[in-house]
Amino acid sequence: MDNAEFQLFPDAASTVASRVDALFLFMTALTIFFTVAIAGAILYLGIRYRRGANVNRAQYSPPLWLELSWLLTPVPVVIFVFIWSSQLFLEMQRPPKDAMEIRVVAKQWMWKLQHPSGRREIDELHVPTGRAVRMTMISEDVIHSFYVPAFRIKQDVLPGRYTTTWFEADTPGTYHLFCAEYCGTNHSRMKGRVVVQTPSEYEEWLGGGRRDQSPVVAGAALYEQFRCGSCHAQTVTPLRAPPLEGIYGRSVKLANGATVTADDSYLRESITRPAAKVVAGFQPIMPVFEGQISEEGLSDLLAYLKSLGTADGVTADGSGGAAEGGSREGAKP
Amino acid sequence: MSDPHGATVSPSTSTSPQPSSPPGVVTVTRPAVRDPVNYLNVDYSWKSWLLTVDHKRIGILYLLSITFFFVIGGAAAVAFRLELMTPKADLFESETYNKLFTMHGVVMIFFFLIPSIPAVLGNFLVPLMVGARDMAFPKLNLASWYLFMIGGLTAVWTMLIGGVDTGWTFYTPYSSTYSNTYVMATAVAVFITGFSSILTGLNIIVTVHKLRAPGMHWFRMPLFIWSHYAASLIMILGTPVLAVTILLVAIERGLGIGIFDPKLGGDPILFQHLFWFYSHPAVYIMILPSFGVISEIIAAFSRNRVFGYRFVAFASLGIAVLGFLVWGHHMFVSGQSAYAGMVFSILSLLIAVPSAIKVFNWTATLYRGRLRFDTPLLYALGFIGLFTIGGLTGLFLALLAIDVHVHDTYFIVAHFHYIMVGGAVMGYLGGLHYWWPKMTGRLYPEGWARLSAILVFVGFNLTFFPQFVLGYLGMPRRYHIYPPEWQTLNVMSSAGASILGVAYLFPITYLIWSLKFGPRASANPWDATGLEWQVPSPPTTHNFAVTPHVTEDAYAYPDSALVGDAH
Repeated sequence: MDNAEFQLFPDAASTVASRVDALFLFMTALTIFFTVAIAGAILYLGIRYRRGANVNRAQYSPPLWLELSWLLTPVPVVIFVFIWSSQLFLEMQRPPKDAMEIRVVAKQWMWKLQHPSGRREIDELHVPTGRAVRMTMISEDVIHSFYVPAFRIKQDVLPGRYTTTWFEADTPGTYHLFCAEYCGTNHSRMKGRVVVQTPSEYEEWLGGGRRDQSPVVAGAALYEQFRCGSCHAQTVTPLRAPPLEGIYGRSVKLANGATVTADDSYLRESITRPAAKVVAGFQPIMPVFEGQISEEGLSDLLAYLKSLGTADGVTADGSGGAAEGGSREGAKP
Repeated sequence: MSDPHGATVSPSTSTSPQPSSPPGVVTVTRPAVRDPVNYLNVDYSWKSWLLTVDHKRIGILYLLSITFFFVIGGAAAVAFRLELMTPKADLFESETYNKLFTMHGVVMIFFFLIPSIPAVLGNFLVPLMVGARDMAFPKLNLASWYLFMIGGLTAVWTMLIGGVDTGWTFYTPYSSTYSNTYVMATAVAVFITGFSSILTGLNIIVTVHKLRAPGMHWFRMPLFIWSHYAASLIMILGTPVLAVTILLVAIERGLGIGIFDPKLGGDPILFQHLFWFYSHPAVYIMILPSFGVISEIIAAFSRNRVFGYRFVAFASLGIAVLGFLVWGHHMFVSGQSAYAGMVFSILSLLIAVPSAIKVFNWTATLYRGRLRFDTPLLYALGFIGLFTIGGLTGLFLALLAIDVHVHDTYFIVAHFHYIMVGGAVMGYLGGLHYWWPKMTGRLYPEGWARLSAILVFVGFNLTFFPQFVLGYLGMPRRYHIYPPEWQTLNVMSSAGASILGVAYLFPITYLIWSLKFGPRASANPWDATGLEWQVPSPPTTHNFAVTPHVTEDAYAYPDSALVGDAH
């Protein structure tokens, strides 16, 4: 928050925040219990068996059951909290299918974010309450980490590979956004704010400001500019390259016999370093685009590819915003 | 092997069990009498120190060197704690700030904590405790100190010519491609020092296997030996992986061959796997020897057998083995698969089992003891409390759902300082006080020592407890500037650091003072068991005039119910 008030516990503004806090408070109680028990035992024994006290000091050999009970005491406790935490973690890892997607490009030392409608932001993120938001993130240089304490989420942002995280904000307000992975000189200045708004405020905000091109439109333009269709279009005969309609999310058989899922990271690699994973039945003839298309451009291309349909026949991007203006043949089942 | 000084060791001193006579009176008459020849006064020449193969002298060389590095690392900490008194940048540029915390981490971990107990107390005590005349490979032992110094001085030189800003974790591709600071020179320093660690570990393992005195079987060994044995296994199995990792960074940085940087076709996550494969077990290199010290101190000052000896011994080995299987808990938010994360989570949580065994047994050792609250015991009891908090907060971090929020925040900074400073440094200081009379033949002023033990405890908690709160609030680590609402907690932390800094100066001062003015120590001032207390203080070069025969278990204190209360 903007005010400089002293705090002992962080703001909670996402649906998982209070559930993480519950586990945290349980662990805190456990810590206090054991620390007080150990400290109490030390104090009690320390006073009782101090030098000079008149007490029974006859040698005592601990029975085996006592040692075994100490050995086994922590086991059910850790299994209990492990299950609790892992269930919650798996939910935090799996975005709902209809999540709105925000694309993030991190670089030394700024956050560049883009909404499905195309609106771009730097070091500031507007999101509506009550709507799951998936962040698809990549770095242009070193490793960064997208961290919003009020949402209790954090995800490293890697160069050369997409990572994702998601959240659903539930309390309007302004919250800190930090880079949590040390990334060089201005690491502590690579921060911004997350503005959580009601859905109507968000729509209003989305409508204002500069009109940026939607990622799908921008991607389609790049597709034209780099003449991808001269090989990838289904109409080319003989087929020189795998057709891209419905590629997103599909299993792809590679020339080396392996099978991969055509996710963001695979498709990006197939553009920047096409020889890394060649599709079975094709020659490695595609030129290398490493360094020729910006991270945002690659992101737009992926948005365009996604708009060509996904493996299960629907667009992965559930947001309405992305639909506007994009060429989306085959987008609907 | 003939012992040139054997004749000077009077057998009566090696068996005298009486507690130290009230000190002070003796010193007045001493100057007239020639000291018996011991490892310190046998030769005063520089050469006799720099070419020594005596494990005790090498231990002293390490003591002096790591104290030097501790002061450097501590000065860096004082500097950045001062900077963090305000949310804005006041004293340093961000570049300098980043170099300071890197320097603090590199120096404290590689040049202080890892060698601290094993290379100083371990070197000095392992042969004495098992009844040997020296380490198995005395020349290798000296070589390891030279490697350490070459590595350490290279690191210092690196700081003088401009420093390095990658953090002690050297994450790629920042370290391998982007940083414009002296990454290579620092990497070379750490690489060289790693071999010193490997050689020390090798020496301890071979000494324990081959040089135990007759009758000293495995379950008669002091727990100090068990924990050093466990730590040494990690040193020789883990450190080579660090060396390989550093080499790979050097190859990428120097030759541009893609290993970690995706722009060159590499994988940045690979570095994290390799780095933590060493650096997580390295945490146990730092803490296991400290466990051994605590076991010795608690037994000696409660005049009691260590409760559950075998459980404590095997817990050390259990921690050493489990420690190799948990590195992935540093990578829960790195993009590692969720299921890999879950495996690392449960394995990390299971380390609570051997750790709890130790804490419970140490506490129970006080039961039916005869407690003397001298300085070493104060450090040991402080250790138990701080290690308990450090260990339990480790469980928070092993839990995936909590770690996502607190990873790379001050929460983890607080946690590992509770283990490293509250654990390893408290153990080191406790051990240094406990064996100081043996190492130097002098007693330190007890009042000052107790006062500084308490100050260290108070200063430590004031420094690091607020950081748990800061971490849960969301303050990322390695932040030069921070939001203003967190200033109060940061000021508390900096205030604690100033107390801690002063508290550390006390022992440095009075321990040096005691070398000249401290009362002379008898062979066994604490009336403790253990072979090291049966030789004179300080010991002779070859430790034992006659090879001891061990007939009792460790900590065979007389049954207290049967003897009168001497106080």
